[in-house]
This record gives sequence, C-alpha cells and structure tokens, in this order.
Amino acid sequence: MCDQTFLAITFGPCDSCSENRPLMNLYIKTEPINYCSLCMEIMACQGLASGETLKSLKAESETLRKKLEEERKKLHDVELEKVAEKAEALGELNMKTRRTLKGHGNKVLCMDWCKDKRRIVSSSQVCLFTLMYMGLDNKCSVYPLSLDKDENLAAKKKSVAMHTNYLSGCTFTNSDMQILTSSGDGTSALWDVESGQLLQSFHGHSADVLTLDLAPSETGNTFVSGGSDKKANVWDLRSGQNVQSFDTHDSDINCVKYYPSGDAFASASDDSTCRLFDLRADREVSIYSKDSIMFGAASVDFSLSGRLLFAGYNDYTINVWDVLKGTRVAILFGHENRVSSLRVSPDGTAFCSGSWDNTLRVRQEGRGVGRELKQGGTTLYG
Amino acid sequence: MARDMSDIDILKMELEQLKKEVSTPREPVSKTSKDTMDWCEAASGTDLLITGVPDDKNPYKPEKGGCIIT
Repeated sequence: MCDQTFLAITFGPCDSCSENRPLMNLYIKTEPINYCSLCMEIMACQGLASGETLKSLKAESETLRKKLEEERKKLHDVELEKVAEKAEALGELNMKTRRTLKGHGNKVLCMDWCKDKRRIVSSSQVCLFTLMYMGLDNKCSVYPLSLDKDENLAAKKKSVAMHTNYLSGCTFTNSDMQILTSSGDGTSALWDVESGQLLQSFHGHSADVLTLDLAPSETGNTFVSGGSDKKANVWDLRSGQNVQSFDTHDSDINCVKYYPSGDAFASASDDSTCRLFDLRADREVSIYSKDSIMFGAASVDFSLSGRLLFAGYNDYTINVWDVLKGTRVAILFGHENRVSSLRVSPDGTAFCSGSWDNTLRVRQEGRGVGRELKQGGTTLYG
Repeated sequence: MARDMSDIDILKMELEQLKKEVSTPREPVSKTSKDTMDWCEAASGTDLLITGVPDDKNPYKPEKGGCIIT
C-alpha cells in the first residue's frame, strides 16, 4: 500500500500552451511537468512520427544496400584466387630477424621509417610519425626532429591540428605542407602546417576513425580511412567527398593500407581477418583468414610488389599472406606481446614491427644471403 | 562530427552515401584481378622481401664471424 501523498494540480495553466485546462501530471527525471491533455496527445504523436521516420529511413537504406550489393555482384564474375592460379608460386619464405631494437621502457605503439630509408622513428605511449606528434590532448603537433640531444624540442613544437576527441592517425600529404589527421570524433581532416588552418574535413564515419592511409600516386588525391563503425571509406582530398565505402568487416578496422599500384587497399580488423578491396571493381576481392587465427589484426603493410601482405596480430604473431592466391605463406614468432605496428622500409629490403613487448624487430627474407643461419623465429606453413 | 550526431542524422548521412554509391562506375573482377596480377608479377622480380637481398647491398646483413647454436 502506498502511504505517500502527492500534491497534484488537476486544473490550471498548461506548461506548454498556457491555457487553463485539465492537466495530466508528468514526471521527467523527477521534475513535475503539467501539460494539458491536448498538448500531451500532440507530444505523443510527434514521438510516434519520429519513430516512423527512423523506420522509413532504415527501410530505404536497406533497399538501397541490397541494390548496391546486387550491382557489385553482377561484376563479380571470378575470384582473385582463381585468376591467380596462373601466377608463379612464391615458394618457401625464410624471413629472418636482423635487428631487435630495445630501448623503449614501455609498449611500442607506433613506428615509421625515415625517408633516408635506414632510420626508424618509434614511440611509446604517444604516437610520433616522422615529424609529427599526436598528443592525448586531441592535438597534433609538428616537431623538427633532430639527433642533437641538447636541442630543446619542446620549444620548437608547433600545434597544427585540433579535434574534439582523441587523434588516431596522421600523415603528411605529398606536399609536406599539409597534414591529414583521423580522430575519435568520427572525422578526418586536412590541415595547413604553416597556418594551422583547417582546409577540409571529411564526414561519413558514424563512429571513431581509427586509421588512414594516403594513396601512393602523387596525382591520386585520395585517401582511405577505417573506423570502429566497421567501415572503410575512400575520400577525395580536394572535394571532401566520400567516394567509396566498404562495410564487409565484422568488427573495428584498425589499419588500412593502399596496394602499391594504388588500385586496391588492404585492411586489418578486430574480426581477426585482413581483406583486400579493389577500387575499380568497387568490392572486396579477398579475405585473409584462418580458423586458427582468433585474435584481431592491428596493422598491415605490403611488400613493394604488393605480392606479400604482412599483418601483425594481437596474439603476438605476424602472418605473411600471398596477396594473389589468398594463402598464408609464413607465420613469424618472436614478439612477446601484441604487435601494434608494422611497416615495410621505403627501399623494400626489410620490414619492421613494433610491439607491446617494448621492442622493435627488423626482418628480411633470408634467401640470397648465401649463409644459412638456423635462427629460430620462422615456421613455414602451406 | 559523428560523435555529436543523432541516430536520425547518421541514418540520413548513410542514406545519402548509398544513393551516391549505387551508381558508382565498376569494372568486372576478372579484368581488375588480371590487372592486379600483371602489375604484381611485373614488380615481384625486384621485390627484395621475396627474392632476398644480396649481401653486398644489404644494409642489415648478418654479423660475420660468429655462430648461433640453437
């Protein structure tokens, strides 16, 4: 039994239309609101109508999505693996660790090769990309890198980009006068380094943007981004338009990377697969996965010819995939924690992986070296 | 900014995108796959991560004079 008494006004001015009418008593978050019954009806109808719009929008999206799927299917006349049966077999790979770089006192989150091909920039905790610094303060700053230890880098820091949420990726564009950033606020943006001005922003992801990659050709003027909305979007840098969108992954897309010819891109996802999307065919053309791989892929990169795809996983391994035939050609062990980032060197002689085990490893193909060292680390799989 | 958008705005945005993409020009996979394969095969002869790097040109050649027993 309720032993509380309430004071309820049953007649008086309505909070909405101010007319003196019979009132309905309504509590929104414990705030009493007195609406007349007419206003209440109108409110309820508006609520229903907005539900109706959502429903019809969803239905329309679904119809279009099916149509798009059909259109893409029409031209899916053969599998890439089938075409690639004619391609020469790769043979056995013999990847060897050449250098293990220790020195970080914490997880390596990010690494990149310098343009001089021999040096590597890496960072733990915060992300450092060649000359850029992505802070946890939603800002992207540019530092002049120097090997002179006495130089005060902080004094030369230049803040360029500012997002409303964390930064997940950044890269210089081909001009070096602009940087492109991706952010947890769901957008990517192009900035002028000198003035710090926003040149273009890219809207289209419905959740955090986690990664981006710029098209390899200097005339390409496109980039691809991946996000926690499971989508990979291709953008026109100049117009800001989302030109293509692919949503076949089942989980967050952690890394995207253009195929060296610029006609396709690969993605790494928490759904433990890597995929290849062909931009001219406008569809996914290959999935790199195995039942035995159950952990997410964090980072991918191609060898210079685009034949090999290196992928770093959260289960501490690196898998090497034959891009054309869709098969795994090697699994590389060595890291003692998640592989967070992976990059092929600009000269194509080696690739480097960074890990939460605080180390970086530089590896190369051991064939042609002449001397066979029976070093542990590589196991071959068919 | 996607983070600040309501469900309905996100739906509208996705719908606009779908409308655009339905009429995207496409090429058959048989053609693009062949192009990809030809491009790749032409470049793979000089792909040092497939062929290996000759010792004299290798910036990371293994240290000489020691041996590793495993």
